[in-house]
Amino acid sequence: MLLTEHQTIALERTANDIRESIIEMLVAAGSGHTAGPLGMADIFTVLYFHTLRQDPKNPSWDGRDRLILSNGHICPVLYATMAHAGYFPIDLLKTLRKFGSPLQGHPHREFLPALETSSGPLGEGLSQAVGMAIADKMDGKRGERRIYCLMSDGELEEGQSWEAVMLGGKNALNNLVAVVDRNNIQIDGFTEDVMPLEPLHAKWAAFNWHVLEIDGHNLEAIADAFHAAKSIYDKPTVIIAHTIPGKGVVEFQRDYHWHGKPPNAEQAAMALDELRKLGSDIDRKSAS
Amino acid sequence: MTATARSELNGALHLNPALFDDDVQQLAIRKGFGHGLVLAGDADPRVVVLSGDLTESAQAEAFKKKFPGRFVELGVAEQNMASVASGMAAMGKIPFITSYAMFSPGRNWEQVRTTICYNNRPVKIAGSHAGVSVGPDGGTHQAIEDIAITRVLPRMMVICPCDAIEARKATVAAVSTDTPVYLRLARNDTPVMTTDDTPFRIGEAQIVWQARGAKVGIIATGALLHKALLAARSLAEDGVAVEVMNLATVKPLDDAAVVGLAQRTGRIVTVEEHQIFGGMGSAVAECLVTHHPVPMRFVGVHDKFGQSGTPEELIDYYGMGRDAIIACVHAILGGAGAAGRG
Repeated sequence: MLLTEHQTIALERTANDIRESIIEMLVAAGSGHTAGPLGMADIFTVLYFHTLRQDPKNPSWDGRDRLILSNGHICPVLYATMAHAGYFPIDLLKTLRKFGSPLQGHPHREFLPALETSSGPLGEGLSQAVGMAIADKMDGKRGERRIYCLMSDGELEEGQSWEAVMLGGKNALNNLVAVVDRNNIQIDGFTEDVMPLEPLHAKWAAFNWHVLEIDGHNLEAIADAFHAAKSIYDKPTVIIAHTIPGKGVVEFQRDYHWHGKPPNAEQAAMALDELRKLGSDIDRKSAS
Repeated sequence: MTATARSELNGALHLNPALFDDDVQQLAIRKGFGHGLVLAGDADPRVVVLSGDLTESAQAEAFKKKFPGRFVELGVAEQNMASVASGMAAMGKIPFITSYAMFSPGRNWEQVRTTICYNNRPVKIAGSHAGVSVGPDGGTHQAIEDIAITRVLPRMMVICPCDAIEARKATVAAVSTDTPVYLRLARNDTPVMTTDDTPFRIGEAQIVWQARGAKVGIIATGALLHKALLAARSLAEDGVAVEVMNLATVKPLDDAAVVGLAQRTGRIVTVEEHQIFGGMGSAVAECLVTHHPVPMRFVGVHDKFGQSGTPEELIDYYGMGRDAIIACVHAILGGAGAAGRG
């Protein structure tokens, strides 16, 4: 295991704080996506508090790893994680989706320059990440900076996703890691009803990617997977992360209706209560 | 000012003295792009080229041979190509994406919008096979909507070179802009009107044919500039003085030059191998209606798709040849053929 028990508990606490921020942001915004951001909080936490080479005080540092969020609609988790990591004040989170806010409804690097890309329309992020990885290969870089692309399972229904998967495999981009948020939901329902994606593991493998499958809420497994990807030399790596949409708030979990709507005030209060209890449990674990 | 005032080519532009000859040199605009690409690659190591299975036809072959390490073959995947180029630009490269205009920026328009323009990445989009002059391939492969869909995008520059030499210069010049650029290129051999000495700057229109006391200003973009010049010469022989402008850069539009031409002549005819809706003529109209409204006529494709044929047959059939331009000039002057197009 890469993480010590102490580190794991600290990350668990951070992820819980980020989930609280997500609920607070969404209820203040009055619109936005709930399930995806809550489901990806653990992976974002490991990336920003353990894996990424970055400098939040100098976001344009050239040697930084690049994190591309392809499914821009889950940006509340990106914004909340960046704020907790020190990219900007946490107080700014309450401006989500408001006029003039750096935190646009979908990520826009013109408004928040610390973002690597502006995104939203699905199926485009992996192509951009592949382009970044190819550029670094051209320049003879040997993986000193790595390219991470976070994407949804639903956006694998976009043909462009597979164009990018093919090119990544062709060019053996070992400096590239894709993470698929396998939460099984999309706007119209469960992915396997809307457009079956399985066998997903075999599909990526057939395109010459190294495939890892993990529990997307197991912090040690997440950290281990990012670490393991560094030792794959002849292929790009995809981490299929099985996540629970709405994770952390029992009432929101595994219900596709929470894909694209925010909680109302009452639901938010209930969710925050639940998350604060979880936080206290983590603190007790930490003290013992 | 008399009706017999001299009409002539603008000497300051050092144009090809043989441009009215029957055996004027013919060269495809896309070939000039291919040449320019190599020059751009020599001048700037950041220049990279992406190809979607049309390397030779879209004229990326010479660059590929000279700079194999800076060339990426993506297969038949234009949407991916646009976004991969965006990612490469994010890492400091200056990517040219090469294909047919119908596929790039046609097929991949939303990727161009979001991952290139919205993301503010200086990707250069070279769309070959624009216009009906693609010929035998037929309507599916004849891009006549591409000016409209590119000029509507914030940050995008749109350049339609009139010949291979101007295409070469435009390609080299595109590297030094910090913005996305669309280079509109034609497949077929067309007359070489400019020379190495002809000045070229992005955003600068040029008066190619001068006439004192001209009553009509013809604004042309792309290879049809030659048809406009043939029309101007013929009109001059009949005592009708017109000026002809080469508007290679459709966006950003050279407002001052366009307004100046309208002020001098009082009537404008635009000529483009493109749908009249949303193309260069529309851009000129947007400018003039704001700053100096004058009567206008539009030579171009009138809300139709292309078809197979020779380039000449198609240019004539869709009403973009010399005689159609002459008819349009007469129409706007209120003479014979006034009931015509536009």
